[in-house]
Amino acid sequence: MSAFWSWFIIILTVGNILGCVWLLQSQSKLPAGVSTEETTGHVWDDNLTEYNKPMPRWWLILFWLTAIFGAVYLVLYPGLGSFGGTRGWSQVAQYERERAEAEARFGNVFRAFADIPLAELAGNADAVRLGRNLFLNNCATCHGSDGRGARSFPNLTDDAWLYGKAPETIEATITNGRIGVMPALGAALGEEGVAEVAAYVVSLSRPGDGDSAAVATGAEKFQLFCTACHGPEAKGNPAIGAPNLTDDDWLHGRTAADIRDVITNGRTNQMPAQLEILGPDRIRVLVAYLLSLQAEPGG
Amino acid sequence: MDRSRTYNDVVVRQFTIATVVWGAVGMTVGVLIAAQLLWPELNFDIPWLTYSRLRPLHTNAVIFAFGGSALFASSYYVVQRTCHTRLFSDALASFTFWGWQVVIVLAAITLPLGLTQSKEYAELIWPIDVLIAVVWIAYGVVFFGTIARRRVNHIYVANWFYAAYIITIAVLHIVNSLAIPVSLGLSYPIYSGIVDAMVQWWYGHNAVGFFLTAGFLGMMYYFIPKRAERPVYSYRLSVVHFWALISTYMWAGPHHLHYTSVPDWAQSIGMVVALIVLAPSWGGVSNGIMTLSGAWDKLRTDPVLKFMIVALSFYGMSTFEGPMMSIKTVNALSHYTDWTIGHVHSGALGWVALISFGCVYALLPRVCGRQEMYSVRLVELHFWVSTVGIVLYVTSMWIAGVMQGLMWRAVNDDGTLTYSFVESLKATYPYYAVRLAGGVLFLAGTLIMAWNVWKTVVTGDRRALQPVLEPA
Repeated sequence: MSAFWSWFIIILTVGNILGCVWLLQSQSKLPAGVSTEETTGHVWDDNLTEYNKPMPRWWLILFWLTAIFGAVYLVLYPGLGSFGGTRGWSQVAQYERERAEAEARFGNVFRAFADIPLAELAGNADAVRLGRNLFLNNCATCHGSDGRGARSFPNLTDDAWLYGKAPETIEATITNGRIGVMPALGAALGEEGVAEVAAYVVSLSRPGDGDSAAVATGAEKFQLFCTACHGPEAKGNPAIGAPNLTDDDWLHGRTAADIRDVITNGRTNQMPAQLEILGPDRIRVLVAYLLSLQAEPGG
Repeated sequence: MDRSRTYNDVVVRQFTIATVVWGAVGMTVGVLIAAQLLWPELNFDIPWLTYSRLRPLHTNAVIFAFGGSALFASSYYVVQRTCHTRLFSDALASFTFWGWQVVIVLAAITLPLGLTQSKEYAELIWPIDVLIAVVWIAYGVVFFGTIARRRVNHIYVANWFYAAYIITIAVLHIVNSLAIPVSLGLSYPIYSGIVDAMVQWWYGHNAVGFFLTAGFLGMMYYFIPKRAERPVYSYRLSVVHFWALISTYMWAGPHHLHYTSVPDWAQSIGMVVALIVLAPSWGGVSNGIMTLSGAWDKLRTDPVLKFMIVALSFYGMSTFEGPMMSIKTVNALSHYTDWTIGHVHSGALGWVALISFGCVYALLPRVCGRQEMYSVRLVELHFWVSTVGIVLYVTSMWIAGVMQGLMWRAVNDDGTLTYSFVESLKATYPYYAVRLAGGVLFLAGTLIMAWNVWKTVVTGDRRALQPVLEPA
């Protein structure tokens, strides 16, 4: 803030408060000879008149107290332009202090699990309980409070893992996030080509569905356009997060129309990185919770 | 009789009826969206009826259509009688009435269509903003022109408040709405980022401070002494609280933006000034209530005066609550909760609406050639129905708000949040039901008033002309 604006703020603020105080003082004492029992002598609209009673004492005290509070506050805290206040307070510093206090208080709870291998941690009831709390705070918005996801947000309780189900892989996904890209192929395949490839893809998990001629041409086009990521047998590639197309598990909808839409327009799906938000200790505990969901029968 | 020697009560009557009509409409929309919070299906899957579009329709309708019409009606009524002269220009006054009605109708069409500037209480798109500015300047010309023609030397205190509100609203509306249009329905504000937020809440808080406070204090300063037939308690209190109120209110906006990227210094000044505004606000409350000294018995028999005194009590309560909520530590709990909604409605229903009802009941008979309303018992009934409605509304939102604030900050022994947002929403449902009941009662009161107003108008003499009183 430049010196000009700083003084601009200071003069206006102090001026307004002092102006109020002056107003209060100037009107506190009745001029000699003015009676408080008679009206001011002004009359409007037949019978509107005014007394000139003194201002109530409690009210004057209240006004003074708030003005004094304001003045003291503006000495202690930022307010008067670039003068930061004698207490050196700022909201950023308050935020950082509170975060540090929280970390000092709660960090150890999670650090206690740092040396236990992930696979073992899944069986640790304490870790799973803590992980569930973290999940509800940080993950449930997208993946649902039961972890079953929603359209375009993966179900974390089933066996379909885009990037593989090794604990370290799940840990890496949470830590660094993922960006899954399915390129838009509408222009390359044309409307008919998209329909054929979609028919083929549907037939992989639902044999007998769809027109067999379309499935056959679709299969040829699939080999040309799709195998680089999804593999020649369409079983996907966890290294790049390309989904298995043969298991009838569909992130973006299972109907032929849904699949045509994905092929035509592509998809960019993002799992945000959590390292800066949660830190490594909490992420490990979170992985334990996710693994525990896998262990549940019927999960 | 020579018309120039009578008051222009045509425009007063028009705006009074508009007050009642738009009050009923705006409050009906409020009841609908309160019900939608309980039963979301009530938007019937029609885009025009979604909460997000009807909420600004509700706020615009009750603030600017209902409250605005009440302010136009009462200021035109009061300024003529306290200046002992007819309005400065009948044609311009008539223009303000029809212009304001066009603004309201356009708002009622564009907001449900989703046409919005997305600035709270300033949602209307730029062509309507231009019309508002034109109508408002015409309003200023009529009002100040009448003041200039006054036949008494002193300007009555009610007119100070009306004057401050008219000038300030012009400045606020024009500065906040400055935008570059790109099409009929779309424009971009000339401010960006944090400056935009600051300008918006400078406007937003002073819409409360000047539209919903100063203007209605003008109403209070005429109708309470008139109805009580007592002198205003203290002239010097009027002077001090008027200047202190209008000079400090101007600054208080940033307390709507605590703990955001607004600079620390601006937040602090917003908070300090919001606290200092407490005493000037209570100055108006005291001056109004003390005016009744020596006439307290009138409260027993005059429901109109009851409306006004209870309005002042709610005003006193809200203007205590407001400064408290602007203290950072309190705000950290109350912000973003339904406590804010409760606070706003204790001011809007308790103060603005009740004083307006009192004003309608006091002035309508006079401009219809009658002494009193068609049914004074219905006025009494309206008073009780609406007061119970407000109490239900405000207390349920207080409890809901404090509960939400506490639930959002509750943490487990591992530092994670105890409750998800949805859990706090679920816990709020019973309070939403109570709030809806309060809103329904309040709306019912307004409908009782509408019927009473209708009977008063049709049984009254609408051609009765009131001669301008000679100054004393």
